[in-house]
Amino acid sequence: MGNGNITLTINGEEVTAQKGQTILEAARGNGIFIPTLCYHQKISKTGACRICVVKINDRMIKTSCTEPVTEGMKVETEDEEIVEIRKGILELLLAEGDHNCLYCDANGDCELQSLCYRYGIEPSGSDFPKNTREIDYDSSYGLKRNENRCILCGRCVKACAEIQVKNVWSFAGRGSHAHLTSDISEKIGDSSCVACGTCVQMCPTGALSFQQVLGKGQAWELTKSSSICIYCGVGCKIDFYTNREGQLVKALGCDDGPNNGHLCVKGRFGFDFVQSDKRLKKPLIRKNGNLEEASWDEALDLVVSKFSGYKEKNGPDSIMSFSSAKCTNEENYLLQKFMRAVIGTNNVDHCARL
Amino acid sequence: MTNSIREIPVSEAFLIIGSNTTENHPVIGSMIKNEVIRKGKKLVVVDPREIELAKYADVYLQIKPGTNIAILNGFMHVILRDGLEAKEYIKTRCEGFDELAATVKKYTPEYVAEICGLDDPEKIVEAAHLLAKTSPMALYYCMGITQFRSGVNGVKSCANLQMILGNLGVAGGGVNPLRGQNNVQGACDMGALNAVYPAYQKVPDEAMKEKFEKAWNATGLSLKPGFTIVESLNAAIAGDVKALYVFGENPVMSDPNQHHVIEALEALDFLVVQDIVLTETAKYADVVLPGFSFLEKEGCVSNTERRVQKMNRVVAPVGDNREDWWIIMQLANRMGHPWKYEKAEDIFEEIRQVTPSYAGITYERMEKELIQWPCPTEEHPGTQYLHKDKFSRGLGLLSGIEYTAPAEEVDPEYPIILTTGRLLEHFHTGTMSRNSRILDAIVPEGYIEVNPNDAQNLNVVDGELVAVSTRRGSIRIKVKVSRRPKDNVVFIPFHFYEACANKLTIDALDPGCKIPEFKVCACKVEKIAV
Repeated sequence: MGNGNITLTINGEEVTAQKGQTILEAARGNGIFIPTLCYHQKISKTGACRICVVKINDRMIKTSCTEPVTEGMKVETEDEEIVEIRKGILELLLAEGDHNCLYCDANGDCELQSLCYRYGIEPSGSDFPKNTREIDYDSSYGLKRNENRCILCGRCVKACAEIQVKNVWSFAGRGSHAHLTSDISEKIGDSSCVACGTCVQMCPTGALSFQQVLGKGQAWELTKSSSICIYCGVGCKIDFYTNREGQLVKALGCDDGPNNGHLCVKGRFGFDFVQSDKRLKKPLIRKNGNLEEASWDEALDLVVSKFSGYKEKNGPDSIMSFSSAKCTNEENYLLQKFMRAVIGTNNVDHCARL
Repeated sequence: MTNSIREIPVSEAFLIIGSNTTENHPVIGSMIKNEVIRKGKKLVVVDPREIELAKYADVYLQIKPGTNIAILNGFMHVILRDGLEAKEYIKTRCEGFDELAATVKKYTPEYVAEICGLDDPEKIVEAAHLLAKTSPMALYYCMGITQFRSGVNGVKSCANLQMILGNLGVAGGGVNPLRGQNNVQGACDMGALNAVYPAYQKVPDEAMKEKFEKAWNATGLSLKPGFTIVESLNAAIAGDVKALYVFGENPVMSDPNQHHVIEALEALDFLVVQDIVLTETAKYADVVLPGFSFLEKEGCVSNTERRVQKMNRVVAPVGDNREDWWIIMQLANRMGHPWKYEKAEDIFEEIRQVTPSYAGITYERMEKELIQWPCPTEEHPGTQYLHKDKFSRGLGLLSGIEYTAPAEEVDPEYPIILTTGRLLEHFHTGTMSRNSRILDAIVPEGYIEVNPNDAQNLNVVDGELVAVSTRRGSIRIKVKVSRRPKDNVVFIPFHFYEACANKLTIDALDPGCKIPEFKVCACKVEKIAV
C-alpha cells in the first residue's frame, strides 16, 4: 500500500482508498454504485437526501457522501434494510411533489426518475398532504422553475454559491414548508440571477429547466456534439444537443474544457443565431445598386477578376483584408497566406485591437 | 496570458485593472470570485466603473479613464519607497531597473491621486502594500488597459509591476490579458497581422521572406509591413486602397468613428464581405460570400491561455454556403495558385510546419490533452506558464514609462468623459448575440450609464432618451442611472447599431500598435426638449 492509502471492505471485496476520501468517493473510485441525489462532485457535501446511506461494520447506517473511510472499515452498500430505507425516501419524495414525467424536460434524464425505476417505486396515490409550491415559467428569459418537482437537495443553492458565486438561490421556510427562494423572495427573473444556467445543469430533477427546450426533443432523442464557445477568449468547451431534425436544442458546459463544465449566459443561450432566418444562404452580387443572389462561380470569378485587376494596375498594396478573431486558426492562416503569397501584400489585420 | 486559468486557485492575490471580468469573461470572473469570497484571497480592483468585482475588493480604486499608467507608477513608487520589491529577482532576472526607479520617483501617492481623481492617496499605499506582500499575485487586464493612445505603455507598466514583485515566470502570478474573442489569440498566432508571419516571425526579415517563399512555393513576398485596420481605412479615403476583403468582421460597428469608416467603405472601388448574416458592413459590399457559422465548421482555436482546442461540426450547414477555407482556397486557385486542401486538418498540418510554437500540436493531441503553446515537438507537453527561470528575451526589460494624457480631454463644450465596452449578455457588434433570441430578449437595446449626481445635474431620469454627442457624431440613447460610473464619466456599450457607440468614439491610435482609444473621449449629454 502506498502512503496515505487505506484498505477497507466494500460488499465483501477488499478495496483501497485515499485517506480523507468519503465512502462514496472510495466506492465510485472502485466502480461500485451507490445512488445519490444531493451529492455532486463539483460542490461541497450536503448530506441532506439520505439516499446514499450505507451500512458500516454491520451496525451503523450513515450517509456515504459525508462519512470518511477508515482503515479496516466494512461497508455494505445495499442490503434489504438499506433498500427499504431508500424506498421509503423515494416514496416520500414522490408523494410530496408533483412528479409528472409525461410533460417534463427532465424525462429520461432525471436522477429521481431513474432511482424510482431502479427501486420500483410508484406514486402512492394516497391523499398525502401536499404544499403547493411555486411555478414560475415566465419571469426569466433563460430559466424555468417548477418547485413541485423540487426535492430540496440544495444542488442549485450550492451551484450558485460555489460555482457561479452569485448566491441567488437559498432555502426559506422550515419543515414541510421549506422551499427554494431567489434573493429575498423575488421571482428568478427579477432577482440578481445572471442566467448562467449552472443550477439547471446540476438539478437532478425537472424542477429547474431551460426556457427553450420543452417540446423540442426528449433526452433520448438528442445527439450530443462538443465544440468551443464562439464568444470570449476563455474558450469554454460546450456539449451541444441537437434533435432528430438537426435543430439545436440546448448547451451544457463540458467538463473537459478550461471551464470545468461552467458556462455564462452567452455560452448557454447564444447559439440559435446559427439557425436563424437571418443567415445568408447564397452568394450576393451588387447589380444596379442592389445585392442579388448569384452562383458561386459568378461571385468567385468576379472577386478574382477585380483583385487581379487592382493588383496589376494599382499594385498589391491597393488590396486590403480584415481577417477574423471569430474564425479558426486554419482560416486565419489561409487568409494571410492568400494576401501574402497570392496578392503579394502584407495588408492583413484583424480585430485584435477592437 | 503568461499563465493559465487552472492557476487561479494558486494565486494568493489578484490585481484586476481595466477588466470587467464577471461580465466580459464571466467564467474566469466566477473563478476569481470563488477565491476571493470563499477562500479569502486578496483583491485589488482598479476601474473607472464600480464593477461587480469592486464589491469584493480589499481595495477598490475608481480612477479617471486613461490614468492606468499613473496608478501603476504610483504602486511601484510605494513599493520601491518602502523597500518591498523582489530585490534578488530584479538583480538576476531583469534589466533597466535604474531607469524605472528614476521614473516612478515622482509618482507619489498624492501626485497620482491628483491625476487619477482619487480622494484618498492612502488607499494607493494600502493597495501597493497588499499587492507586494501577498505572493504569488496575478495581474489580470483587458481592453481597459490597452484601448488607449498609451495602450502599449499600459501593458509595459503592468509587466514592470509584476517584474519588480517577482511575479512573472511563477505559477499563480503573471501578466494575464483576457482575450475578448474566441480566437483572437489564434488569429494573432497565425499571422493575421500586418507585420508578422505565423508565430510572430517578422515580415521585414530577409530570412523569413525566404523561409515562407520556400514553404509556400511562392515568389516576391513583400518585406514591407502592411496597413493596420484603421490605417487602411484612411488609405481608402486617400485612394491608395482600392479593394477590401472583409472576412468575419463588421468594421462599421466595431471600429472607432463610424462616420469615417463608412466614408472609407464608400470610397473603395470594391468591397467583398464574407460572413454569416448581412452585417452592417455587408450592406456596403459589392460581393457577399456566405460562410459557415462556428457550429458548422471544423478547425481549431487558441484561447486566452494559449490552449489550442478543436472545434467540431455540430449541425449541418445552411443554404448553399461553403467552408470559409474552401472559399479562400478557391480564390487562390482561380488566381493561379494550385492549393489543394481536402479538410481543415490538411491546413493545420501545414501550419505546424511553419509555426514553431505549434509544431508539436496535432488534432489527435488536442482531442486528448490540455495543450498550450509553445509546444515545439510532439514529445513536448506544452507550456503552462511563460518565462519560467528565464524570459523569452533573456533578461526581463523594465522600462520607465511616463503617464500621458488621452488624446481628447474634457472642455466646456464636451464636459463629460465617455468610455465604451461590452455587456454580459452581448458580444462585440451583436451579429451573433443579437440574433440569439434569449440574449436579445434579456437586453434588447443599448443605454448610457449615468451616475446619479450627473443625472441630477443634467436633469434627466432613468429611462429618458437623451442626445449624446462628441466632435465626431451624435446619437440618441436611453439613460440608465447607475452608481457604477465615476462622477463625470458615462458608459455606452457598443453592441447596438440603433444607438451606436462608435459613432462617438475617437480614432486616435497608439503610435506603436495602432490600437484606437475607445476607452476615453470627451462628450456632452443633453436632455431632449419635450
